[in-house]
Amino acid sequence: MKERKKIKISNIIIYIVLIAWAITTVFPFVWVLLNSFKPSSEVLNASFALPKEFIWDNYVTAFSRMNIGNAYKNSLIISGSVTIGVIVLSAMMAFAMTRYRFKGRRLVNSLLAASLMFPVFSTIIPVYRMMIRASLLSTNLAVILPHIAGNLSFAAIVMIGFMKTIPIDMEEAAYMEGANVFQVFMRIIVPLCKASLSTVAIFSFMWSYNDLFVQKIMISDNTKYPISNLLETISSQYGTDFGLMAASVTLIVVPVLLVYMVLQKNIIKGLTAGAIKG
Amino acid sequence: MLYKKKWPVLLFIVPGLLFMVIFLYIPFMENIRNSLYNMKAAVELPGSPWKFIGLANYKRLLTDPDIRIAIVNTLKMMALTVIFEVGFAFVLAVLVSNVKRLQQVFRTVYFFPVVISATAIGLMFKLFYNYNGGMLNQLLEAWGKEPVNWLSPGLAFLMVCIPTLWSYIGFYFVILLTGLSDISDDIYEAASIDGCSRFKQVFYITLPMMKPVFATCITLAITGALKVFDLPWVIVPNGAPQGTTHFLGTYMYQQTFGLNDYDYGSTLALIIVIMGVLVSWVVGFFTRERE
Repeated sequence: MKERKKIKISNIIIYIVLIAWAITTVFPFVWVLLNSFKPSSEVLNASFALPKEFIWDNYVTAFSRMNIGNAYKNSLIISGSVTIGVIVLSAMMAFAMTRYRFKGRRLVNSLLAASLMFPVFSTIIPVYRMMIRASLLSTNLAVILPHIAGNLSFAAIVMIGFMKTIPIDMEEAAYMEGANVFQVFMRIIVPLCKASLSTVAIFSFMWSYNDLFVQKIMISDNTKYPISNLLETISSQYGTDFGLMAASVTLIVVPVLLVYMVLQKNIIKGLTAGAIKG
Repeated sequence: MLYKKKWPVLLFIVPGLLFMVIFLYIPFMENIRNSLYNMKAAVELPGSPWKFIGLANYKRLLTDPDIRIAIVNTLKMMALTVIFEVGFAFVLAVLVSNVKRLQQVFRTVYFFPVVISATAIGLMFKLFYNYNGGMLNQLLEAWGKEPVNWLSPGLAFLMVCIPTLWSYIGFYFVILLTGLSDISDDIYEAASIDGCSRFKQVFYITLPMMKPVFATCITLAITGALKVFDLPWVIVPNGAPQGTTHFLGTYMYQQTFGLNDYDYGSTLALIIVIMGVLVSWVVGFFTRERE
């Protein structure tokens, strides 16, 4: 009897700690959401109260003056292209690396592993110069290309790890039936790799979507800004318009959180795998 | 048999390899070379060639007071991420694995800040820290206290660290929780039959068995600290106030793209790589399994 009571008390303490931390991860977003419906003066004085009346002005400003819709479009184009590029290239590389013995295979392996040690800082200046010479600055391509390269090595390593475990029998059988290498790749390997391809897709998408550094360097034309760039501008130029800031953060955060809730398991898996990349 | 003909290898491997060589390896090499030149502009203009200056940029590192701040801040951030991010995430993971209800809710909610971009989180914390009517000062006011300048030179570094650490705890929490669930229940059962308390079990069973997971987390945390850029840049751009919040990444950006000192920026970029290699080597040395 006594033992049970003791456990109960310790359980209560555990729950208090856990719930307290949960509040710190939820409350800031709720606070921002609530304040996005208030005029700035009300945010300044009564940020903890519910809005006196819900106004949409901040959102109207975000869309009309800041053109947040356009930034969304740019970000989706960038992250979508990065994701497709990384998936296609990494699956192809992994296929060659696991199915063929060829000269230079070990070299490619070491190149893949070593490139994980390059942080984006160490390549960005020459890549920036490259983009100037190719007159690609302020285009989506200038962000897409370095992001593909940055995610590719790790994606390839993940895919190699997975493809190794696929038994070769089915491919041999398909070959007997007259399929060529490309049919085998498209019809057998790719469908079998769906799970790890979606892991790769998620981290490529999220990391390029959330990044500010590359966008900031490559895109200087403010009509071409993707999301992170726009947010940073709002923060440095409209830093006193609290309502607008709260509405912009909400517009960025809410869709991501909704998608996260739906695809939770995949996203957690994708991001924890993806973070090991350099 | 299927893979006897070798020519398809080229088709499969060359596109990816080209990407890697063009956007990673060549730039990486060029960056090293650039750090030895006096780059007058991002692109070499006709009539004003770059001059070879040898190790001048590296000598400059030794006398640059700001790089010292950036290195110290980065090292501090590394220590903080290991202690607070990984440490606190471990505490949370142990606690969550000990409760029956709401496990899934905690997992979901703790991961919230991980999926949000650092830029958005930075903006949010700017709203909290604002001197005039920011959330924190409104709280102080409600308690009848004077407002505080949260981003003053003395406080700014701490105020940048808080969201940085906060946002990634959920990430290590998930990795550690997975590690915890891989430890078989039988071991705990045997230990409790032998009279080992739950608290002791953490020290004598959980911690030793989790060593490889910790090694991964610590390496991730430290290399992550080396790459910090977005959050400090949004909250305190250019190392404001007075350069006290510079990290290696923000300092490199400011020198390169703020002050157009491309060659010094290249040097700083290389320092980040060297520090990364050194630190992962040291961590690997201490966490490697010894027979």
